[in-house]
Amino acid sequence: MINSRIQIGLISGLLIALGVGLTLYKAVNLNLPLLPGEYREVWTVESKTSFTPTDGPVNVALRLPTSLAGWTILDEHFVSSGFGFSIIEEPATVSTARWTRQSLGHPTTLYYKMQVYRARADRQLPPLEPGVPVKPLLEADQQAAMDRVVQRIQQQSSDRESFTLLLLQQLLRESQDQDILFLLNSYNDDSLAMILHSLASAGIPAHELRGIELEDGRRRQTLSSLIEVHSGEKWIIANPTTARLGLPDNFFIWQRGDGAILNLSGGRNSSLEFALVSNSLPAKAVLGMEQRAEEFALLDFSIYTLPVEQQGIFKGLLLIPVAALVVVIMRLLVGVKTSGTFMPILIALAFIQTTLLVGLIIFLGLIGSGLWIRSYLSRLNLLLVARVATVIIVVILLMAALAVASYKLGLDQILTVTFFPTVIVAWTIERMSILWEEEGGHEVLIQGSGSLLVAVLAYLAMSNNLVEHLTFNFPELSLSLLGVILLLGKYTGYRLSELYRFRDLANKE
Amino acid sequence: MSLLVSPLKLRELGILGMNNRNIGFIGRYNQRKNYGLADNKLKTKSAAIARGIPVPELIGTVDYQFQIRSLSELLQDREAFVIKPSQGSGGKGILVIVGRDGDKFIKSSGVLIDEREVRRHSSNILAGLHSLGGRNDSAMIEALIDFDPILKDYSYEGVPDIRVIVFRGVPVMAMMRCATHSSDGKANLHQGAVGVGIDIGTGKSICAVQHNRIVSQHPDTHINFDTLTIPHWQQLLELASGCAGMAGLDYLGVDIVLDRLRGPMLLELNARPGLAIQVANQAGLEHRLLIAAKIATDSSLADGSSFAEGSSFAEGSALADGSSFAEGSSFAEGSALADGSSFADGSDNASQKIALARRYFTTQAT
Repeated sequence: MINSRIQIGLISGLLIALGVGLTLYKAVNLNLPLLPGEYREVWTVESKTSFTPTDGPVNVALRLPTSLAGWTILDEHFVSSGFGFSIIEEPATVSTARWTRQSLGHPTTLYYKMQVYRARADRQLPPLEPGVPVKPLLEADQQAAMDRVVQRIQQQSSDRESFTLLLLQQLLRESQDQDILFLLNSYNDDSLAMILHSLASAGIPAHELRGIELEDGRRRQTLSSLIEVHSGEKWIIANPTTARLGLPDNFFIWQRGDGAILNLSGGRNSSLEFALVSNSLPAKAVLGMEQRAEEFALLDFSIYTLPVEQQGIFKGLLLIPVAALVVVIMRLLVGVKTSGTFMPILIALAFIQTTLLVGLIIFLGLIGSGLWIRSYLSRLNLLLVARVATVIIVVILLMAALAVASYKLGLDQILTVTFFPTVIVAWTIERMSILWEEEGGHEVLIQGSGSLLVAVLAYLAMSNNLVEHLTFNFPELSLSLLGVILLLGKYTGYRLSELYRFRDLANKE
Repeated sequence: MSLLVSPLKLRELGILGMNNRNIGFIGRYNQRKNYGLADNKLKTKSAAIARGIPVPELIGTVDYQFQIRSLSELLQDREAFVIKPSQGSGGKGILVIVGRDGDKFIKSSGVLIDEREVRRHSSNILAGLHSLGGRNDSAMIEALIDFDPILKDYSYEGVPDIRVIVFRGVPVMAMMRCATHSSDGKANLHQGAVGVGIDIGTGKSICAVQHNRIVSQHPDTHINFDTLTIPHWQQLLELASGCAGMAGLDYLGVDIVLDRLRGPMLLELNARPGLAIQVANQAGLEHRLLIAAKIATDSSLADGSSFAEGSSFAEGSALADGSSFAEGSSFAEGSALADGSSFADGSDNASQKIALARRYFTTQAT
């Protein structure tokens, strides 16, 4: 019989070689890139339509954006609890989402979420026949002031483009002349309306271009407006807040042309706000979202051949071996104490859903308040199984309370609390509580922070772009990980923590 | 002094690390089927009684939740007792009652608790809270040991016990564990008890540690550990050695208490003894385990021809690369268990092993 050490060495070597070999084969022969490569910025835009209903039926119509100026919409999602919902496609490539309900008693928010990214660098808008500008109907004194302003700017400008720029500059200037001040005042400081009217008075075709300025992490972004002006040959875009020409990079066009984006009947105090998050995704993955089927169907060995839903599941599952390796290294080579051997992996998986900081806050909050309630339960003298069950229910209630409170406060991120594994959290609380009673808070702190440290490291490993790319596209690398873990299982050397633990032994003389 | 020692230095000293303990010794020498006896204190106790090894008196056991209601009847004429899970690990879940005050019970720390608390504790034990793997367990109630007054000042609010590491029937290293106020009367190093290394050859103290740091006196009683000599030392080593055969485990921790009248008594066995004993002894286990393996297999050692001086082992060239041990040299393949079964008879073999151990595992002149 072969020595077990040699056996392990052989098996591990074989597994590692097999994993690496298959990976190289796929990389070289099937042209799968080993590195995630170019990244695309994918924005998640969530629109929140809030209103206070009045008596009678409620009808909310939200005009939906179309893919314009190089932007592509990947994915759309509507939340319409209790509402009738339909999307009305109109021939002119404009679609509207409509929520309806017979009656409603409380202020409500409706959600529409989409993922967009800039597919092409060019910002061409589709051709549009310029209409004949309709001169605004104004009061006599307004008209006189408007005429003077338009005339003066026309004298200073050479064409429609320079007219527009001069007009915008005039409005941004600190010391404005009397006519402009008067006009702004009569328009109730709605400079956009005034600009459009001035352009119309000058006979220049123009309309509004409404959309969102994309800024990562913004939770209450509102719509902003640009102005599109026809120069005679083509449309040019001007920004009234900066008096610059051209479409800004971070501007996502929601609607081109006039007309309301939000139509509400049976309600008041309506508002439309946007929450924005940006993610960097590999170009390949973005491409995959669009045309996964034909792109990757050739790869027999790949997870890409599975249905999209299962792909998503495997994407998560294939990351777990990496986390397991982190746990093995931290426990066998470093010697970190954790509460429950693989509990850190589950916490790390939850962190992936919640993002690290939010996850840490939620986790510490849950464990902290759970321990506090558990300290009361310990006085009630309950049987163990009943007590753990109680803690499970308490944890669920805590999670619900946290979710509801955060939702009311507008902190939507905390809603991800549901991704924490309830039973594991409950057992962690129970163990920590016993540890506290038996060995004191010190030990709780050591094991608790050890678990969190390992969880955070596992999270960092799993959320790494390269790791994600490799595990998903080259699942055979899990075999190599298995080989490494088998080898580590035979490691008889010292742990890092033991070099500290036994320091007094070596230092005695 | 530096915060970390180099692994080379540790290897040179023969310090046994956790990974090597698990793979090289526990995994290699201790058969899993034999864990049951060591992990279950009730089984340990009955096996010990069958072999005539002295143990603390068993007052009773509680196996089912409904029996907890009649707990008070079981305890009614007992002033002092100990409730522990029969499958507990690492000293967890041990409740020591040293006396009564009316309806209340006095814990070793002097804290008063009522009967409800005692019942709750027993109920937790039955539910498996303190047990290996959280299995359902039974609670055993033992008489409190009337420990040897010589050791009285070395332990605060608790019974001191002596842990002996026995490898293939040879006592290798020993340590007395003294309860402190911070360990709540428990002789558990994790919880802040003081570990005092005891010389196998002489039964005298070597060094004392608390929380892995060297201390010279007991933090509560302020007695100096230098003067400590364990009484009945030979008898204690014989008991420890005898347990190896009983347990069928080659790498074993034997916990022994010294009773005032009955001398050394077996408290419990541990199939996975900890490594802190090395710090308390200021010596590594690995070299000693190598020598112990030779003692166990090679009776010709008795004439001392193969080993020149006790002190030379640590420097010995064969031992310099401690890792070779785990690889399995010739002696390791020996029929360990077949050997082990003969110890408990108190045969010449056993006494010879102890004599050799006392000769080689000492740093003090006798």
